[in-house]
Amino acid sequence: MSEVTATPAKPAAKPAAPAAHGAAKPVAAAKMTPEMSAIAAKFGGAVEAAQYEGLLVTDHSKFIEIATYVRDVLKYNQLTNNTATDYIKDGVIEVVNQFTRVPQGGAPLTLKLRVPRPSGNDKTQPVPSLCPLYPGAEFQERETYDMYGVVFEGHPDLRRILMWEGFNGWPLRKDWKEAYYEGDTKPFESRWPGGDHKLAEERVPWEDNVNYPPGFDPFAFKPHPDGDIYDSMLAPSDGTVSIDNGHGVAPTLIEGLNASEMAELKTDEIIVNMGPQHPSTHGVLRMVVKLDGEKVTDLKLALGYLHRNHEKIGERNTWLHNIPYTDRLDYITGIYNEWGYVLGVERMMGLKTTDRVEYLRVITGELTRLASHFWAIGFLLNDLGAFFTPALYFITERDLIIDLLEAVTGSRMMCNYMRFGGVSRDFTSAQWAMARELAFERLPRTIDELDHFLTENEILKARSIGTGYMSADRCIAHSLTGPCLRAAGIGYDVRRADPYGYYDRFDFNIPVLYNGDVYDRYLVRVQEMRESLKIIQQALNQAETQSKVGDIQGGKKAYNHRVPAGQCYARVETPKGELGYYLVSDGNQNPYKYHIRSCSYINLNSMKEMAVGQKVADSVVILGSLDIVLGEVDR
Amino acid sequence: MGIIGSGILTGLGVTLRHFVETYIEDFKYMGKKAGVQPRMLRRQSPKAHGIVTVEYPMEKLPVPENFRYIPFLVKDDKTNEDRCTSCGICAKVCPPQCIWIARTEDPVTKRPVPAPKDFFIDSTICMNCGYCAEFCPFDAIKMNTDYEIAYYPETENDMRLVYDKNRLTMNESFHWNIHPSVKAAELEAKAADEAKAKAAAEAAAKKAAADAAKKVALAAAPVVPDAPVASVAPTPAAGGAAMAARAAAAARAAAAAKK
Repeated sequence: MSEVTATPAKPAAKPAAPAAHGAAKPVAAAKMTPEMSAIAAKFGGAVEAAQYEGLLVTDHSKFIEIATYVRDVLKYNQLTNNTATDYIKDGVIEVVNQFTRVPQGGAPLTLKLRVPRPSGNDKTQPVPSLCPLYPGAEFQERETYDMYGVVFEGHPDLRRILMWEGFNGWPLRKDWKEAYYEGDTKPFESRWPGGDHKLAEERVPWEDNVNYPPGFDPFAFKPHPDGDIYDSMLAPSDGTVSIDNGHGVAPTLIEGLNASEMAELKTDEIIVNMGPQHPSTHGVLRMVVKLDGEKVTDLKLALGYLHRNHEKIGERNTWLHNIPYTDRLDYITGIYNEWGYVLGVERMMGLKTTDRVEYLRVITGELTRLASHFWAIGFLLNDLGAFFTPALYFITERDLIIDLLEAVTGSRMMCNYMRFGGVSRDFTSAQWAMARELAFERLPRTIDELDHFLTENEILKARSIGTGYMSADRCIAHSLTGPCLRAAGIGYDVRRADPYGYYDRFDFNIPVLYNGDVYDRYLVRVQEMRESLKIIQQALNQAETQSKVGDIQGGKKAYNHRVPAGQCYARVETPKGELGYYLVSDGNQNPYKYHIRSCSYINLNSMKEMAVGQKVADSVVILGSLDIVLGEVDR
Repeated sequence: MGIIGSGILTGLGVTLRHFVETYIEDFKYMGKKAGVQPRMLRRQSPKAHGIVTVEYPMEKLPVPENFRYIPFLVKDDKTNEDRCTSCGICAKVCPPQCIWIARTEDPVTKRPVPAPKDFFIDSTICMNCGYCAEFCPFDAIKMNTDYEIAYYPETENDMRLVYDKNRLTMNESFHWNIHPSVKAAELEAKAADEAKAKAAAEAAAKKAAADAAKKVALAAAPVVPDAPVASVAPTPAAGGAAMAARAAAAARAAAAAKK
């Protein structure tokens, strides 16, 4: 959980921050938890209390030692979140790592590192990478490098991940300006009172906002046809796989030949590119696989085709503006994304909600969970070759759910339903009746039918049992969350591990299965749908007796919020896994830092390890079982 | 575990049932015209069986009342005035900043007049979030439910997707037509506002009359007898009172926006 330590802003943070009682303190000390005290006791000189929250590691050479202690002794076995914040006034970039205990849960532990802010477009001084300890850091640190230019020493593959190779600049640094840049923060001056419409394209981008590396001529530029991604995979391999992922991979043998005869054969590994336009990549994901026959020996992902610098937009926006933007992350579960964000802001502001609000949040949130799992299972079956018959049956059900959401919120997927301290609308009696009909009659019937339709299907079982296996330990190390983690035997669910909302009022189970393969991920999703239904049914019943209709706003409704200076890491259990919002406020109308711990993105981190040693056709199924949404992966 | 293949057969049974149910439903409604409402509503409801296709351009599903698309401005039917006072709140809460408002200025005093001179909504930027309608203190901007705004550009600079004030403004009756459940509430609020304004106007008139009487009394005291004629205070007309109330509300909103 995020304990919010709303300490006075550092005087240098921003002049508008209330500096009345914080000016004298050079470091606003964070609240010390027992774990933090333990670290401070052991590594006395190397750490100090950080600004707002967590520990600041001042001696970088001790960082790996501290992280090892955190992992092995304090048992914070998962790196939940890695990002950075650019404190431009202080002249530092702060790298933030947040660790959590899986499956026990509880508040995350924050370790921060500060590096001096380099001038211009230079990279920072190197900081130690967490990849050797937490493999889940790989994609997250690459993103931090990509966005802030923070160099992680010891990272196996430190390349840009969301931006393209050759991009000049570090987009999330505070002094970086996007094309069509208009102002640092919204609302923009040009809109009112002298508003005269101008197309964004008319604000000539090529002169003001885009800068190229010295000596670079955009018109003479010819991109490398293959790029670094192929070069890095072309290193010769003997056909064995270096990753020990439990598949026991050996060189492919042709029937009738032994290993030595096989070695004499001149065989070649080939590199196959899949995507970014491919029906099985669930959007614009590009996979490059190295194949030995049909077997995958290496796999690399190229991301960022849908990158729109959501976090930069988030920092330009006011706090309220961000709510509809979060819908566009994982667009299948818009309501849940909003919930995570408003939860964080409510904690920072200390806002109270009402009973009605909390019940409505649970009802709509769990409905989106059902919709998302219907979608995930339908498209998993698509990937398995059951082309669209199951998918369309489930899309029918999902359509009923989003019909209801449309009637309530006004939009099918981009609901924009949550407000700080409230929700935008209550159900009318007809909508309530439809919700009851769905929850008590229609959806239980369809989930039974789904189970009957698919679970015992021999083709499904033959394709998915044993496919994409990953052990529980590796899942945790890879920062995997959501149904995929629970299918590997770890009962970790943020609704229980770090409770929010009214989930403590309902009787439901966290389904856990133990085989860690695609089939178990499917089964976990089916069981979760039944649990979701139980929650919705209880919430509907309780809301009728324990909440007041129309009481949908706790506190005063406002649009110009000022959030007290502080930071917060709020997380919720979306259908895909743990969605976290790392928010930093300097007391202004706009977030100073707005980072999304995107579960789809981080779950992809383990894709390579799951797919290597499997058939290429299975890699598609593994991707389907991870259930990613590219809107959230690329942000 | 049963016989190999039994899982597939049960699955095929499910598809067969869906197939048959679809035809049963189709036969029930055979001969009836496409787009007939009861059929559409039933086949889209949780009670539906089988699979149904809405043949979109020919058949259209009704959209719910809350459905939101591009905003429009509401014009008062009686007075033919915009409800909008150009207070700028919608432009401030707009997440993608797609609203441009030009405030009217009094040509003589150069002070703002509570009515928009121009109003642009760039629907190529609009994200249909509905904040403008939700936070408008005057119920002046509402979300349209018409989702068919695509067009073929006729010239290179065809900017039909940027709506100006003329194309944004709709009658009150249009708004009430697509949002029937808000009509009663809005009329009630309006009546209450008008009663308030009227009471305020009457009080002002009374006060003015009393002042005038006082003045008359004072003026009458001196020697000149025909002075009172010039000192009759002008009582505000009914329309002027409504305008004053709007201006006061605009001032309140502006004060709130400044906070």
